[in-house]
Amino acid sequence: MNPMFKQARWNENVIFDLGEPGRRGHVLPRAEDEIIQAVGSVDKLIPANMLRTSQPKLPELSEVEVVRHFIRLSEMNYGVDSGFYPLGSCTMKYNPKINDQLAGLPSLGMLNPYQDESTVQGILKILYKLELWLAEITGTYEVCLQPAAGAHSELLGTLLMREYHKMNNALEKRTEVIIPDSAHGTNPASAAMAGFNVVVVPSDDNGCVGLGALKAAVSERTAGLMLTNPNTLGVFEKNIDEIAKVVHEAGGLLYYDGANLNPLLCKARPGDMGFDIVHINIHKTFSTPHGGGGPGAGPVGVSKDLAKFLPVPRVSFDGNRYSLDYDRPYSIGKIKSFYGNVGVLLRAYAYILSMGREGLKEAAEIAVLNANYLVQKLKEIRGLALPYDGKKPRKHECVFSAKLLKNETGVSALNVAKRLLDYGMHAPTVYFPLIVDEALMIEPTETVEKEELDRFVEVMRKISEEAYTNSETVLNAPHNTAVSRLDEVKASHPRTIALSWRMHQKKSKQNP
Amino acid sequence: MRLLGKHNHPYIPNSQPEVKEAMMREIGIKSIDELYADVPEKYRLKKLLNLPEALSEFEVKKHVESLLSKNKTCEDMPVFLGAGCWPHYVPAVVKEIVQRSELLTSYTPYQPEISQGMLQALFEYQSMICELTSMDVANCSMYDWASALGEAARMATRIKGRNEILIPHIISPERTATLKSYTEPAGISVKQISFNKENGQINLEDLKRKISEKTAAVYIENPSYLGFIETQVQEIRAEAHAHNALFIVGIDPVSLGVLKPPGEYDADVVIGEAQPLGNAMNFGGPLLGIMACRDDTSLIRQMPGRIIGLTTTQQGDQNGFCMALQTREQHIRREKATSNICSNEALCAVASTVYMALLGPKGFQELGETIMTRANYAMRVLSRIEGIVTPVFKSAHFKEFTVNFDKAGLNVKEVNEKLLRNCVHGGKDVSKEFPELGQTSLYCVTEIHSKEEIERLADTLEGVLRGR
Repeated sequence: MNPMFKQARWNENVIFDLGEPGRRGHVLPRAEDEIIQAVGSVDKLIPANMLRTSQPKLPELSEVEVVRHFIRLSEMNYGVDSGFYPLGSCTMKYNPKINDQLAGLPSLGMLNPYQDESTVQGILKILYKLELWLAEITGTYEVCLQPAAGAHSELLGTLLMREYHKMNNALEKRTEVIIPDSAHGTNPASAAMAGFNVVVVPSDDNGCVGLGALKAAVSERTAGLMLTNPNTLGVFEKNIDEIAKVVHEAGGLLYYDGANLNPLLCKARPGDMGFDIVHINIHKTFSTPHGGGGPGAGPVGVSKDLAKFLPVPRVSFDGNRYSLDYDRPYSIGKIKSFYGNVGVLLRAYAYILSMGREGLKEAAEIAVLNANYLVQKLKEIRGLALPYDGKKPRKHECVFSAKLLKNETGVSALNVAKRLLDYGMHAPTVYFPLIVDEALMIEPTETVEKEELDRFVEVMRKISEEAYTNSETVLNAPHNTAVSRLDEVKASHPRTIALSWRMHQKKSKQNP
Repeated sequence: MRLLGKHNHPYIPNSQPEVKEAMMREIGIKSIDELYADVPEKYRLKKLLNLPEALSEFEVKKHVESLLSKNKTCEDMPVFLGAGCWPHYVPAVVKEIVQRSELLTSYTPYQPEISQGMLQALFEYQSMICELTSMDVANCSMYDWASALGEAARMATRIKGRNEILIPHIISPERTATLKSYTEPAGISVKQISFNKENGQINLEDLKRKISEKTAAVYIENPSYLGFIETQVQEIRAEAHAHNALFIVGIDPVSLGVLKPPGEYDADVVIGEAQPLGNAMNFGGPLLGIMACRDDTSLIRQMPGRIIGLTTTQQGDQNGFCMALQTREQHIRREKATSNICSNEALCAVASTVYMALLGPKGFQELGETIMTRANYAMRVLSRIEGIVTPVFKSAHFKEFTVNFDKAGLNVKEVNEKLLRNCVHGGKDVSKEFPELGQTSLYCVTEIHSKEEIERLADTLEGVLRGR
């Protein structure tokens, strides 16, 4: 199998080097002459010291130049629609086109969040129903749609922990949040932002939370535990009952990191397992496009005891009319403006309708089937190993170690990742979770056909072969992408760092 | 069983029964539930959840369209609302580019070699934000202005080792509430500076009273939440810097074609809302938080969020882009990271990039002129109506302005209800946020509001006030 993929290489200039002075790409409406005559010149309306005296140095391009520039850039990018994207923990499932179309409707786009409730009944109904469905799916009492992303939900979740302990006059002593060493980096970062100290519990030989270690870690200082289940190895924390008991008996709350919710859709619910706070990554589990990093949406579901602390406003329904309820005296307030990333949430609403309850369950099951199929096939590849109880079924993802491959050939997980790009496949997540050496974290999702999984296995086998016979090709990869291997150190080095065009120009003058 | 329920869903290729069985055989299982054997029996759902049955795409489309058609938008009636989420025209090119699926369906560019398109677009976003604000460095997005304020406050306290932030009294309640959530856990105290009753400007005496060696930053907004231009920027900047505090300025980027950019009055950090640059309102989200700073290592190292940098290939033969300074971020630094932010608003930033490229310098100047002239025309026309005072503050206003109904003896709520009955949506009621301003409403006029719509507003208001 030869790499058949060749990404476009446009060698496209930075936009500041394109165009000609005087060109314009768009003309916006101008004020009517009568208005200008009545009001006079803007130079006179603005106090002299606040008037901009030199125009911003933006590029000057015609409409067609702008279009070609960005189309070329898009051709040097790779999305789920381009091909297989097994980026572990990111659930890069197919993003249905109908959802984008609906989210682009002016009947949503042209709504101001402060409009009179009588003029926004349609969107309020959608948000209200989405909250109910997400509560049903997660097994929680009430869901809030405000957070903009998973990490934002974690911030909200840890703020809720704070508020809960504060109400119990226990915040002063409840200063610690326990986090497994296999957790996403956002967990400790969020807990720290909410003012907690982070206590890390090591995983046991099965890659799960060690019960002994957990028992040793909990104390009267414990505010809560943040847990991903299935965890980042793709393994279900089967001692969840015991874990919940230990944390609750210590007086802590249990937080569910929803990054890995996909395999549990309509199969099992975090709320039933004792989780008090559950977040959902709409841009993972509910199929909304990641947009090169965002926008996402991160609804948070909570148990009955915590519902009163949720941010305002809450969408409410009196049987006749939907409204926004700010009258929540115990609410923590707000974590962003308005009500959440509605443009993203609407897509999730449409997705749930397209899937239906049986389809969501099927999605979970096939995501798990696909991951275990890959486990079975990839295990046979030279240089790869499946650490932590290889016999145990994985859920939606699996983590292989390329440590042996590296020791025997010098080809690292990073090299494997870069070489995969040459074959027109996105790389898995690499070097995460931290408890696996040379980690390759692979999440196929349910939206990939068996033939593509087989191709991926074939490519991995080929890369392993190349590593043992012709490692240079792998070590120097990628070859077929828009650019060859980049110097990432240079991008952050004090002498060469250029974070904007003007900074680059300044640097170029300093070190020609 | 419905057609779309199981076994053949268009989004799930391997739900086709023969394929599924072949894969199960390969793994050596008879039922998929064997793969769930480690989920305790009592947690395995035995029955279907209370969720809808699957619909066909056509049915989903009809259903959602019919719900959304119950909304009334600014295309159905003139709407004079802004207050943090503003109506601006989104050019067709912007909509086209953000639907390019190579950009739309990609993840955060962890593999830069195959993600140059997104990375270059985001670098260009950062660069153009720098030109507009006259700053040196911008990150590639925050969730919104409010959370950017929260992050900026935390950033300032880390840099200065102090725990107090001064903010204006006139500020959006969305932003103060968000700021509180971001700062309270870090033990940061937020104090508000009062305003001059005549013109709304920061009360410099109050600033001087409140600023101290505890102050990590002084924050102002331009234009302010109530639409007027704060002119004492040099005095405020001097006061902040004299106390070795950072000077943080919040901006509306569409004003920067005509208003002096904060970099020119020595802001250390600039935040703001870039939703107006090519992003629809979408009932308040997604939005796009701006965060920029001076070229100063102590600031840059404490910036939250993703920043894209220019680099070269390892062979040095070609320029390229990748994420820079990742050691600030959560996936490397974990609990010591500058922020927990991971997913951001990247695609909204791409929309803004395209928008800024389309407008260019001349376009921004014209946009600023159009908006400001129209808004000032609206103030002029409305102020002729007996019983209305507008603007409340004697200052220059950009695109938003206050309208007071005290002299008419009416409250904003009734005025707005009556306007709505006449198919005109009035401004935001700010009488509860600022009781000291009486029955005051915040109006917004942009390039989308024609002379005719402004005059219709005036006529309708006059009718409402005269009880017609």
